[in-house]
Amino acid sequence: MPPERPGAVVRLDAVLVPVLAIATALALGGVILWAAGPRFEGSYLGIGFVAEAYLSLLEGAFGSRAAIVDTTLRTVPYVFSGLAVMLAFRGGLFNIGAEGQLTVGALAAAWAGFSLDLPAIIHLPVVLAAGCLAGAVWGGVAGLLKARTGAHEVITTIMLNYIGGQLASYLLNGPLRDRSPLNVIAQTPKIAEGARLPDLLPGLHAGVLLAGIVAMVTWFIVWKTTTGFELRMVGANADAAAYAGVNVVRRMTWALGVSGLLAGLAGAVQVAGVNYRSTLGFNIGYGFDSIAIALLGRNTVSGVVLSSVLFAALRTGATKLQFRTQVSADIISVIQALVLLLVAAEQIVRWLYRLRAADAVTQAPEDGATAAIPPSPAGGEG
Amino acid sequence: MSPIESHERTTTPNDLRQSARSAPIPSGTRGTGDPTFLLEARHLTKRYGPVIANRDVSFAVRPGEIVALLGENGAGKSTLMNVLYGMTVPDAGELAIDGKVVRLRSPRDALARGIGMVHQHFMLVPPFTVAENVALGNEPSRRGAIDIATVEARVASLASRFGIDVDPRAIVRDLSVGQQQRVEIVKALDRGARVLILDEPTAVLTPQEAEGLFRVLRGLAADGTAIVFISHKLGEVLSLAHRIVVMRRGAVVGEVLPEDATAESLAAMMVGREVMLRVDKSPSTPTEDRIVVRDLRVAGDHGGVAVDGVSFAVRAGEIVGIAGVQGNGQTELVEAISGLRPTAGGTLSLVGVEAHGLDVRARSMAGLAHVPEDRQRHGLVLPFSVADNLVLNRYHLPPLAQRGVRQARAIVAVARDLVARFDIRTPSPEVPVQALSGGNKQKVIIARELSHGLRALVAAQPTRGVDVGSIEFIHRSLVDARDAGAAVLVVSAELDELLSIADRILVMYRGRIVGEVPGSEATREGIGLFMAGGGGATQGSPPAGFAREDDVHYVN
Repeated sequence: MPPERPGAVVRLDAVLVPVLAIATALALGGVILWAAGPRFEGSYLGIGFVAEAYLSLLEGAFGSRAAIVDTTLRTVPYVFSGLAVMLAFRGGLFNIGAEGQLTVGALAAAWAGFSLDLPAIIHLPVVLAAGCLAGAVWGGVAGLLKARTGAHEVITTIMLNYIGGQLASYLLNGPLRDRSPLNVIAQTPKIAEGARLPDLLPGLHAGVLLAGIVAMVTWFIVWKTTTGFELRMVGANADAAAYAGVNVVRRMTWALGVSGLLAGLAGAVQVAGVNYRSTLGFNIGYGFDSIAIALLGRNTVSGVVLSSVLFAALRTGATKLQFRTQVSADIISVIQALVLLLVAAEQIVRWLYRLRAADAVTQAPEDGATAAIPPSPAGGEG
Repeated sequence: MSPIESHERTTTPNDLRQSARSAPIPSGTRGTGDPTFLLEARHLTKRYGPVIANRDVSFAVRPGEIVALLGENGAGKSTLMNVLYGMTVPDAGELAIDGKVVRLRSPRDALARGIGMVHQHFMLVPPFTVAENVALGNEPSRRGAIDIATVEARVASLASRFGIDVDPRAIVRDLSVGQQQRVEIVKALDRGARVLILDEPTAVLTPQEAEGLFRVLRGLAADGTAIVFISHKLGEVLSLAHRIVVMRRGAVVGEVLPEDATAESLAAMMVGREVMLRVDKSPSTPTEDRIVVRDLRVAGDHGGVAVDGVSFAVRAGEIVGIAGVQGNGQTELVEAISGLRPTAGGTLSLVGVEAHGLDVRARSMAGLAHVPEDRQRHGLVLPFSVADNLVLNRYHLPPLAQRGVRQARAIVAVARDLVARFDIRTPSPEVPVQALSGGNKQKVIIARELSHGLRALVAAQPTRGVDVGSIEFIHRSLVDARDAGAAVLVVSAELDELLSIADRILVMYRGRIVGEVPGSEATREGIGLFMAGGGGATQGSPPAGFAREDDVHYVN
């Protein structure tokens, strides 16, 4: 198991592998782009085509003020849900349920936003809190099931994703549906003006600020508090945590609850800052992408933020890429999948670039246990 | 080469033994291949990052010779063994078999060339029969179906030839640990092993079982098999080996014949200085009861009864040892006392308080310290820093934390103090504890457990896998804790350890206490009999309603 303290020994390695993984994924994606690209009189276009495609991607993501704002807006939910998955990972738990937690968070926030009549100063906090609460309940249920019955969180969170999706379908077509005669789709009414996140800049809501604050608070909790210490202890070695007097089951339940809270907040911020309502089929995929983001970010706060920017940029730039090159924007999903594959199967990257194994340096060779396969840092107990 | 060929040798083991005596192999210099050596390692060097695990190691073994490889943890024995068995490729140096240089890239290579290994943790499939385990990975088949009868015949013939008592049709799970070890040996022989490497083979055996193993090994050697026996137990090395190679800090530091060595001289070679093998301690002056166990019953992992009505008391100011072969309920007893495992009946009181309903933390706060049996699994969080591990059970208390926020400065201050007081060899308190040697890891645990408000201490296998120098220190610490007024309960599979530090020794067998001996009157033989379930009036047939044989308890 690699040492985990970021402050103590920052190893180049920790940054190198994800960066090389991204570079490799872009290179492989380039080959696919080239192969999928248009033909000129039956023959393939040159390497310049791939360069142009990537330039248009970059331009689409960062090439103008509007593009930057758009990328930033997409980054925000990724940060919240990426932190959610990261926090659970630190506790040795694999929260696959960010998608469902985000969905119920959005539903609760929208409901609180349109149905309650509150002064503006408290309406927005109530909307956000409603999203957090719904997400926390959704994650907490998985936690309680794990604590009480030992049900594995991977299974329960996946199942809760389905339940969340069906619940949204029912509520948005039924009790929470916007009944105005003009509405023809499954969505809630718009939330009250006072429940909306104010703009920092034109088009850019204050959720960005909130994401930064939440990222810092999460970092502080995980790395500086006794609660975070217990969380990391449980994640790194649950047996040792129990031996040291930590209530492991309670800490795991807490971790899934807080993880759900963060994912729920992602949904609430989308409602309060971007959509102003909850619509069936909106905000799909953020929860699943966040698993990749947490992995790519190596379960560190700074890594999650950087990965969120990358994923947001890829998604934002994809439109321009498609417009310019006639290659489907789905190529971005391919590149994201390649990044994830290469990060998850880290050995491929190490082999490609002849990097030495992560553990050889710090591990004393003689202790019996080193011969055993170390548990993976993420899923160890999961 | 097949096992048949390998054993057709004209030289008698006695000749070989003579030649071994007359010519100890000088370590270091060796030029061209010497065909009298079956297996030879020349100038091996292996590094792991900054750590040099093997430094210019030369080592050789002749047919029919038993060579003991002696050294502390971290001395490089395991690395050398891994190189010999093809699990590790050395950075420099070479291996020769029958005088010819070979390259071993995997254990499969090693096996193909006649090198077999018996690991400390057996590589057996418990629900399979002996023959099935022997065949595994090398199954003879007839029209696509495994031909197990052939293997059974082979196993039976090997067993009778070497006087190994093993039934090819027995299910491995039902065998004692000693018998399972024989299966490993047969497995290696069946693959044509001419060199047998055994890694700490007696760690899991009773003294009597160890003697049985030695008889088998002597028989194999007499038949021409070369045996490399890795150990840190001085007594058995002296009684078994034809030649003893001592390693320290990655290098071979000496080679002696057993008749020229004593336990003290070997220990000094291993550690590089004189070592106190017996702990200097005054008679105990016990006072009030601190750990009182009455008719305690504890369930095992698989539903059986692991601890079956155990009663004893440990008083302040005494060290009580619990002897027994592993797997006789000691682990479960310790976990029940520390609060990690629920009890199924009986009472337990700690420091005068009924412990039922108190969780691990409450017991710890009441002054119960616990040195766990498995330090990698329970005692340490390997990727965490030495400092974090030193405060692993007190991280939530001031001054280490204030209002839920950890105080880095206070933590490091405590850690620095403990590192100095307990002589923990670490570059800094910030390095991950996994970078430390086994002995220093154990010192981290000892330092943490013994440094605060200690009233009762339960130490399970406190020196397992720990180097001789650290053993001395740990034993001293336990006696000091006793003298400072703590009640100390030591559970150990190492009889010598209990004989040297315990004031009273209880013997556990199949979940029960089957004997009690004052430390001053205890002998290896007497306790060994209890450990095997023999001797003593308290022992008889296994208690009625006892757990299924196959789950925890291995001894017959």
